[in-house]
Amino acid sequence: MLAIESLNKNFGALQVSKDISLSVAPGQCHAVIGPNGAGKTTLIHQISGVLRQDSGRVLLGGRDVSHLSVWERVQAGLGRTFQITSVLPTFSVLENVATAVQAKTGSSMRFFTSAAGEATLNEQAQAILSRVGLSDRADRPAADLSHGELRLLEIAIALAGSPKLLLLDEPMAGLGKTESAVLIDLLNELRSSFPMLLVEHDMDAVFQLADEVSVLVDGKIVARGTPSEVRENPQARAAYLGEGA
Amino acid sequence: MMDRGALIGGMIFALLLAMPVLLPILGAGYLTGLLIKAMLLAIAAISLDLIIGHGGMVSLGHAAFIGVGAYATAIGLESGIEEILLLLVITLAVTGGIALITGMLALRTSGVYFLMITLAFGQMIYFTLTSLAAYGGDDGLTLWSLATLFGSDIVQEGEGLYFFVLAALFLSWFSVWRISQSRFGRVLRAARDNPQRAEVMGYPIVRYQLIAYVIAACIAGVSGLLLVQYAEFVSPSIAAWQRSGDLIVAVVLGGLGSRNGAILGAFFIVIMEEFLSSIFHEWRLIYGPLLVILVLYAKGGLNDLIHPKSREAS
Repeated sequence: MLAIESLNKNFGALQVSKDISLSVAPGQCHAVIGPNGAGKTTLIHQISGVLRQDSGRVLLGGRDVSHLSVWERVQAGLGRTFQITSVLPTFSVLENVATAVQAKTGSSMRFFTSAAGEATLNEQAQAILSRVGLSDRADRPAADLSHGELRLLEIAIALAGSPKLLLLDEPMAGLGKTESAVLIDLLNELRSSFPMLLVEHDMDAVFQLADEVSVLVDGKIVARGTPSEVRENPQARAAYLGEGA
Repeated sequence: MMDRGALIGGMIFALLLAMPVLLPILGAGYLTGLLIKAMLLAIAAISLDLIIGHGGMVSLGHAAFIGVGAYATAIGLESGIEEILLLLVITLAVTGGIALITGMLALRTSGVYFLMITLAFGQMIYFTLTSLAAYGGDDGLTLWSLATLFGSDIVQEGEGLYFFVLAALFLSWFSVWRISQSRFGRVLRAARDNPQRAEVMGYPIVRYQLIAYVIAACIAGVSGLLLVQYAEFVSPSIAAWQRSGDLIVAVVLGGLGSRNGAILGAFFIVIMEEFLSSIFHEWRLIYGPLLVILVLYAKGGLNDLIHPKSREAS
């Protein structure tokens, strides 16, 4: 679904992405782990279109999206969540999702009929909310949600774009044990319909979710394999799992 | 649940509709002119609320579009065009065109930089108007002929003009409210709330912001057209940045992004100015602190005082 082909990126003399290649097959969850400063965020920016690569390509569902802007990549099927939760705080939970549904359902250059009254948008949004378990929160302002609920709302917003791939940027960040467990269950359930690229610090989550793990160190992928292979890989251990994980 | 925003809006318009009958009975017919002034300010404030309240784009150059509309009309009249609907088309084309070009450049920025660049464009327009020597330059231009509606002079003064301005106010109020609730308005509000998020929902947000900016400029231009018709005079001072400041005060005072706030704010300003300046020469000494108190204690603006928690943006 997603293929990254020998991506390179320099900031001046600093090489932040060195010949990165990876791919996510349908039904698969591919995790990228690595210490701080390894270039994970730069990689995410290049996939989502915030930054342009110096060389290499990003393919989404076989289509080269390397030169598309952020919103065009979303329209092409890239759904993402943010490391720091990002929702529309003054909108209701339902309207957050309905606004994302709207982007994929007909033109938004409509100026006179009420958007909140569009039953098809609301029904689709409601269905997605019940899928992530937020339907009882639908009418609350998004700003009222707890941190864990915001994480779920972000996933709902990403799902509303019927993505070909979910790019999850540290979805577990700041979550407690029980909230993490809820989210891991949800992602496990979604995995069959939505291939995922998971960038995560939380090793429990990575080992429970990922089919394949890539270890990114100093802008370079130093190890790749199943979670158990990576756990045993000496290079990965040295770079990342260092302190006896 | 009753829609109180619509109810209050309906009451405002019913009252304005009744004024030409009520005022002479009260022996206050001379206030018609004041009401027209307030309605003209309200039209411009409503348009500014589309970009500030709903779009989150704080422009300090909005009055320049009133000036552009007024000068487009005045120059049209001087050239012998008297049909008001034709002048309207000219006004919309000129203000819309200028807004499209300045907006494309201004929207490369946001926040305080957007404020500065709109101020700069506004001042450029202001100084361009002062340099129009053939049309009065600094001193402005008195118009000897006014616009007609299908050849009739009904829209030139008195009740005819009053109702024409009222109709324009109603159309602006109704359109901006409908736009704010539409699919387009929803994207605009999403981009105000969190531009990054709106973009990652798949929206090219600058395109939406630019269209809103052009629509707002066009409505402000119409306010300029009507101002010429009312004042029979045009001068660059209507495009000065202080006038843009007044518009921001009207919008914030009324309640950002609320259905009736811009009208309430504009009427409050015009009426307070008239009232305070008639009883006290140094009236600004009262007006200033009054604004401070209102902004501190009525954060949702006058609209919230009448109708708490009515912000349409939720």
